[in-house]
Order: sequence, then C-alpha cells, then structure tokens
Amino acid sequence: MKNAVLIAARSLAIFAGFLMLWQAAISLFAIPPYLLPGPADVAAALWTGRASLWSNMLVTLAEILLGLGFGVLVGAATALAMTAVKPLRRWLMPVLIVSQAIPIFALAPLLVLWFGFGMASKVIAAMLVIYFPVTATFFDGLRRTGAGLLDLADTMNASPTRILWHVRLPAALPAFGSGLRVAAAVAPIGAIIGEWVGSAGGLGFVMLNANARLQTDMVFAALFVLALLAVALWAIVDRLVKWLIFWPPETGQG
Amino acid sequence: MNAPPSIPSWSQPPGIRIENLTLRFGDETVFENLSFEIEGGSFVALLGPSGIGKTSLLKTIAGLTPPVAGCISASDGAPLAHRIAYMGQQDLLFPWLSVLNNVMLGSRLRGEKPDRARARALLAEVGLAERADALPATLSGGMRQRAALARTLYEHRPVLLLDEPFSALDAITRARLQERAAELLRNHTVLLITHDPMEACRLSHQLRVMTGYPATLGEPIEVPGATPRAPDDPALLNLQAELLKRLLAGSET
Repeated sequence: MKNAVLIAARSLAIFAGFLMLWQAAISLFAIPPYLLPGPADVAAALWTGRASLWSNMLVTLAEILLGLGFGVLVGAATALAMTAVKPLRRWLMPVLIVSQAIPIFALAPLLVLWFGFGMASKVIAAMLVIYFPVTATFFDGLRRTGAGLLDLADTMNASPTRILWHVRLPAALPAFGSGLRVAAAVAPIGAIIGEWVGSAGGLGFVMLNANARLQTDMVFAALFVLALLAVALWAIVDRLVKWLIFWPPETGQG
Repeated sequence: MNAPPSIPSWSQPPGIRIENLTLRFGDETVFENLSFEIEGGSFVALLGPSGIGKTSLLKTIAGLTPPVAGCISASDGAPLAHRIAYMGQQDLLFPWLSVLNNVMLGSRLRGEKPDRARARALLAEVGLAERADALPATLSGGMRQRAALARTLYEHRPVLLLDEPFSALDAITRARLQERAAELLRNHTVLLITHDPMEACRLSHQLRVMTGYPATLGEPIEVPGATPRAPDDPALLNLQAELLKRLLAGSET
C-alpha cells in the first residue's frame, strides 16, 4: 500500500515536472500556440472536446481490443499448429516474417481500400502488428520446454497431444506472457495508423482533422487520451499475465 | 487395494536383461555390445566417472534414447514398457502444479482418473502430507526430492531407474532420504546411478562400476546384508574403500 502511494507520488512528480518544462520552453522561446500549445491550452481542449474525445476514444479502444483479441487468438493458434505439425513450420515461418517485415504504414492504405473506412480495417491493422510478437514468443516457449520435463512425460507414457496440453503449453505460458505484454503495448499503433489513413471515427481521426485545421491543442489532447489508454491497457494486461502465471520462475530445470 | 501404498501389489518384480546393447552419438561410441543382467527385486548401484555414459544407459533402458543395436527385455518375458518409472537428478516438479498434483502427474498425462487417496498416502510416507497443496517453489530441496520420490512411487511400476536422485542434497538430508527410500523401494527392481560410494554401499545389493571409452562394466560386487546399512558399519566402510580404489583405478585408464 505504501509502495502504491510512493509510485503514484513519483508519477505525479514526473508529470508535474514535465508540464513545467513544457510551459517554460514555450515562454522562453515564444513558440506560437499553433506550433506548440501550452499545457493550459491542451487542458482547455481536453475539457471542451471531452464529449467527442470520449466517444472517439471508445471507437479506438474497441478497435484495439478486437485487434488484440483476434491477434492473440490467431497468433496462439499459429504457434500451436507449428508446434504440433512440424512440416507447417517451414510453410508458416515466411508468412510470419513477412507479416512483420512489411511496414504497417505501407499496408494500411490497402487495408482501408479492401475493408473500408469502418472498424474492420483498423482491427486488421492492429492484428497484423501484434501477430508476430505473439506467435514468435509463444512458439519459442513451446519449443523450449525443458528436455527433462519432456523425458519425464515420456516415461509416463503420455500421448503427444497430452504432452502439448499438460507440459508444453503451461511451460510456454511465461514466454506467451511476454508476447502479450508487447502486443498490448504495440496494438494501439496498428489501430491509430489505420485511422490516420482513412476513418470516420477514433482518436486518429480526431488528430487528423485537428491537424488539418491547425488545432494543435486538440491534437495534443487526443494524444494525451491515447497515452492514457495505452498505459491503462498495458497495466491491465500486465495484471492479467501475472494472474495467469502464478508460479515463480524456475531456474535450472533443464 | 487396502494395502499400504508403500507395499506394491505385484508378487515379484521382473529382472532386466540387457544384451549386446550399442549406443552411439554421431561418431562417438558410448558403449558397444554391453550385456548384463539385473535380478528381479534387487537394488543395483551403477558407479563410474562423469561422462562415461551412465545416464545414457539409463535413458536407453527407460526407452528415451533408442540404441543402435541390442535388446532390453524383462526376465519374465513380458514387455518392459509401462513397467518402468524414472527419477532424474533434477526433481522435475512442474512449477504450476501443487505437490499433490505433481505426484498424480502420471494419471493426468495418461488421461486416467487420479487416485487422490493413494497420492496423499504416498505423500504421508515421505513426510509431506502437510504440504500437499503447496507449490513446489515453496519447498526446500530435500522436500522437493521427496515429492519427486512420491511421484515416482505413485507410478506403481516394478522397475525403477534412478539417476543420482539425492546428489543435490546436503549430507544429513541425503542420509535420511536414503533410509526412507530403502524402505519404500523394497520389492522393486532398482538401478541407481550414483557418484557417492557411501550411498551405493548403504542401499544396494550389488555394485557395478562402469569405466573406459567405449564404456564397459566391471565384475559385479555383491554387498551382503539387509539394507539400509548403518553408515558406521565396519564392513560397509571396508567395501566403500575398496569401491573407491576401483573407481580411482578406472578413471586412470
């Protein structure tokens, strides 16, 4: 409890310091507000635009959550399939690499063209961004199950399916957890890029519009909401992962 | 099934017959044409320098490493598969399962209904009844090895292959666990790998020393008397000295 208070106090101090530096820079260099609005301007934009920011935030949140959900499902399924059926590895590995190598910036216009201005294209963009980290980490975890554990399961005459379910899968959960954390941190990128390319709602849409009208304070307000959203999402996923992996990490179990 | 869990229900555990067993890893021959026999119900300790191939031999008998040539069979003619339990140097407790569930791991992995009563009774036998619901991470090294022993016994198999199961423990914990194991492992055919001459002499009916590249087995040394032997038994100390001499001689060649 004392720890939580300390963390909150430290965060507040960092935030306040950042605001002061920000205001100081504006006053010192006389930066016009259409280039860099001051903290007070952004706060005002946050307040006046609260209704629109809230509803657009919900759009982005829905995109991110759907992208995370489907991305984790498809990623985990790919990793499981590659573990269970060895020949699949050779076929799916290139797909996996390509999904990561092609920049989402380049793909987003195509996604919008194919799946429209609505949510689908953003959900798919978010899925694409997180597919690789989830699949790669989970597959790695599944592959690296301790040889000792597998030998033991073998002497107990376990079938390959049961070994996958009762040994490999739980043993891979810590690696899967790291993948989930990365996914939660990068999923907003996919959704926001999708919105930037073409959309009718969402925080990216707000930024795009405000940017075009030189309403820089509103761009910052939307960015601020996005940052809060990202941090909250990461914290929730982090909690979830800790709850899922309740055992302490083992060392030296072959 | 009302018998105490430490007394197995089979009448006579089978012996193991190893004939012309050859194992190679790439170009390296671990052993060639190795033949020996373990009498049913006897406790045999296998000693020898590190890296000689003791663990490989055990894994081959357990069916984990397929041999290049040779035959491993049970003395009663029935297949050995499903009659062997294996306990390694590491306790290999699953960190996400409670101690009780670790003991019943075999049932879970075979899709059988776990026998909770038997698992609890076995945990009581190794002195872990109170810790049945704890996670392995909360146990000491000695407790973890005892849990692993209970898991091995839960498998209810007449042939036990033990690979230095007590080597990571301190001397006192090890001595206590050896005594407990000697009682619990009665009426099993046991092959134990150990680096500890004292352990070998306390627990086994017969000692085998593995030496050379490729490895060969020396003549068996019979150890008379009931086990576990007292650590200060003069006969045991003599035998231990003799064994150490052989091991030293073996490691020079």
